[in-house]
Amino acid sequence: MVDELLVKDLDVSVNGIRILDGVSLDINTGEVHVLMGPNGSGKSTLSNTIIGNPKYKVERGKILFNGKDLLKMKPDERVKEGIFMSFQEPVEIPGVSIFNLMRTAYLKSGGSTSELSAFRSRVSSLMSQLGFQESFMNRSVNEGFSGGEKKRFEVLQMMVLKPRMAILDEVDSGLDIDTLKIIGSMVKEASKSMGMLIITHYDRILEYVKPDFVHIMKDGRIVSTGGMEIVSEIKEKGYNYYK
Amino acid sequence: METFEADYSKYDFKNSTDYDVTFEKGLSEDVVKRISKLKGEPDWMLEFRLNAFKFFMKRPVPQWGGDLSKIDFNDLTYYLKPIKDRAKAWDELPKEIKDTYDKLGIPEAEKKFLSGVEVMYESESVYSSVKKELEDLGVIFCDTDTALKKYPELVKKYIGRVISQNDNKFAALNSAVWSGGSFIYVPKGVKVPMPLQAYFRINAESMGQFERTLIIADEGADVTYIEGCSSPIYSKNSLHAAVVEIIAHKNSHVKYITIQNWSSDVYNLVTKRAFAYQNAYVEWIDANTGALLTEKYPSVYMLEPGAKANILSVALANRNQHQDTGAKAIHLAPDTSSTIRSKSICLNGGRTSYRGLVKVGKGATGVKTSTKCDALILDKESRTDTYPYMEISEEDATVSHEASVGKIGDEQLLYLESRGIPEQEAINMIVLGFMGEFIKELPLEFAVEFNRLITLNMEGAVG
Ligand SMILES: Nc1ncnc2c1ncn2[C@@H]1O[C@H](COP(=O)(O)OP(=O)(O)O)[C@@H](O)[C@H]1O
Ligand SMILES: [Mg+2]
Repeated sequence: MVDELLVKDLDVSVNGIRILDGVSLDINTGEVHVLMGPNGSGKSTLSNTIIGNPKYKVERGKILFNGKDLLKMKPDERVKEGIFMSFQEPVEIPGVSIFNLMRTAYLKSGGSTSELSAFRSRVSSLMSQLGFQESFMNRSVNEGFSGGEKKRFEVLQMMVLKPRMAILDEVDSGLDIDTLKIIGSMVKEASKSMGMLIITHYDRILEYVKPDFVHIMKDGRIVSTGGMEIVSEIKEKGYNYYK
Repeated sequence: METFEADYSKYDFKNSTDYDVTFEKGLSEDVVKRISKLKGEPDWMLEFRLNAFKFFMKRPVPQWGGDLSKIDFNDLTYYLKPIKDRAKAWDELPKEIKDTYDKLGIPEAEKKFLSGVEVMYESESVYSSVKKELEDLGVIFCDTDTALKKYPELVKKYIGRVISQNDNKFAALNSAVWSGGSFIYVPKGVKVPMPLQAYFRINAESMGQFERTLIIADEGADVTYIEGCSSPIYSKNSLHAAVVEIIAHKNSHVKYITIQNWSSDVYNLVTKRAFAYQNAYVEWIDANTGALLTEKYPSVYMLEPGAKANILSVALANRNQHQDTGAKAIHLAPDTSSTIRSKSICLNGGRTSYRGLVKVGKGATGVKTSTKCDALILDKESRTDTYPYMEISEEDATVSHEASVGKIGDEQLLYLESRGIPEQEAINMIVLGFMGEFIKELPLEFAVEFNRLITLNMEGAVG
């Protein structure tokens, strides 16, 4: 089955200030979309709005997933539909262990208690692929994580939750080359079975995941859409070139 | 909030017990004498009680903490004896009393992970048992009345030694009318492998429960004691005014864990204090949920070099509840150290106060002490305060104090929700995470029970 995330003419404001202005996107299973743009252009605002962060107020437009109105749903209900978002700056939650989070998320997504041990070994194996020790499971969510650990943990959760549509917000920022390689190949693997929106500043991750569409956002608007050629265009001319 | 009241059902059930002895309401010298006579006590104990009663009458109701003005001392029943003879097996108990403890899961727990059990219903202990191996090693675990009969010398030597009859108004009241409570003596060098547990239950309306607990760890001994408390909800107030004294001799270790879950009509005014001698280590792990007002500040007096204290005070104040809790670390000898941690949560207009005292006496050099208070406040109607007092008489003391007040962050909630976890459960997870440090200190079964208590309280916390 092909899943479709449709964002249509979206206007979004925060604290009464308009941030997004008529944003439209159409992402289908198997497609990789890349969203680039200068700092403060509204990329994270878009991803937060898709997941349902209540701080972001939708003034106009629609977000539909397979025709269902996501704007009517709470964040956890959107997740049940198959949406995943990785946070640009994941928050610390003291005392809540990684395993507790994963287990609860698994059970909430319809996982059964009787298969919990199989689930656990799946998590373990993904963890080792991402370079985590087993003891990582007992750490508190994001507490005292290095930048790289935070990003790898976001990817781990995507792999564990198996969404149908993933929005990855700067999952490649601040990574050393080895970590980038691990994350890049995992994201590539995952992109085959879901729709994906990758928000990034760099073309480094695009060596691993080949985008079908590249969008450029400026001042809350998508100002250009195309293929890989746009990435080299930005490299050459900078964002100022786009109006 | 209806949900919370409804889900309190595990604790909120009342039994129509036929009591063996019932006193009329009210307090007088005569009531004190009758309690003592009924128990067939030695003269010195009667003296102890009568002295205490005088102190109680003389002392004014304290004004410094929560609101105590509504306690009507003449509208309380001071003594209620549920059964004639204490049971040695659960099956010997009258059905309605046994049911109470079955519902609370005590017999089950005893089988699985306890070294001994002591249960108190209203004023008297109704069941008591301790594993044979421990008895053979000389470990004593019984109710304090029995201890007074069987080991009068031990009781006489220690009772009132840590907390005198005149310590404060409620300690005086307890000393005058005390009944029940746990008595523990662990001989030299004996290490009790599994926890000893007591469960105190108030069932009757307008009841005063005044248990008196005395724990003596002889040199090198080691013991963990766990106490649970609960009561059903009535419209009239009950009073729980307990006294707990711990004597930790040289090189001993005593860990005392309480989880109190009184209904929201109980005044819970408890004096808890330990004397720690050379290199002894005393831990108070004290959790308070429920109750109209709790005033409780577990204390450790470090009397000889090398003594250590660890006090963890946990409070959860829901609607109409005020938890005024904290700790006292009194350093009276060199090279003593203490850690105080307080974790509190208030919601639905509940109020938590941390009140603590750290004292370093003259001559107590090389002291290390740290205090950390974290409060979590879940809504605008609720309130939290800290009142940390310090009296430091030696300059070389290492003293640290940290306090934080937090809310559940919107970002934390969103993070968990974005992993498919509904808001209410996300709140529970964050709150339980906040309490994690405390939960880790509990034996597994209690950790599960405590999680449940917190979760019950959180119901209806959203929206
Ligand atoms: N929670 C918020 N509160 C106030 N302003 C915000 C908030 N989130 C985003 N903004 C503002 O919206 C604009 C877009 O931010 P953002 O979406 O984070 O951009 P990007 O991810 O492209 O760097 C910025 O001007 C930023 O300051
Ligand atoms: Mg951003």
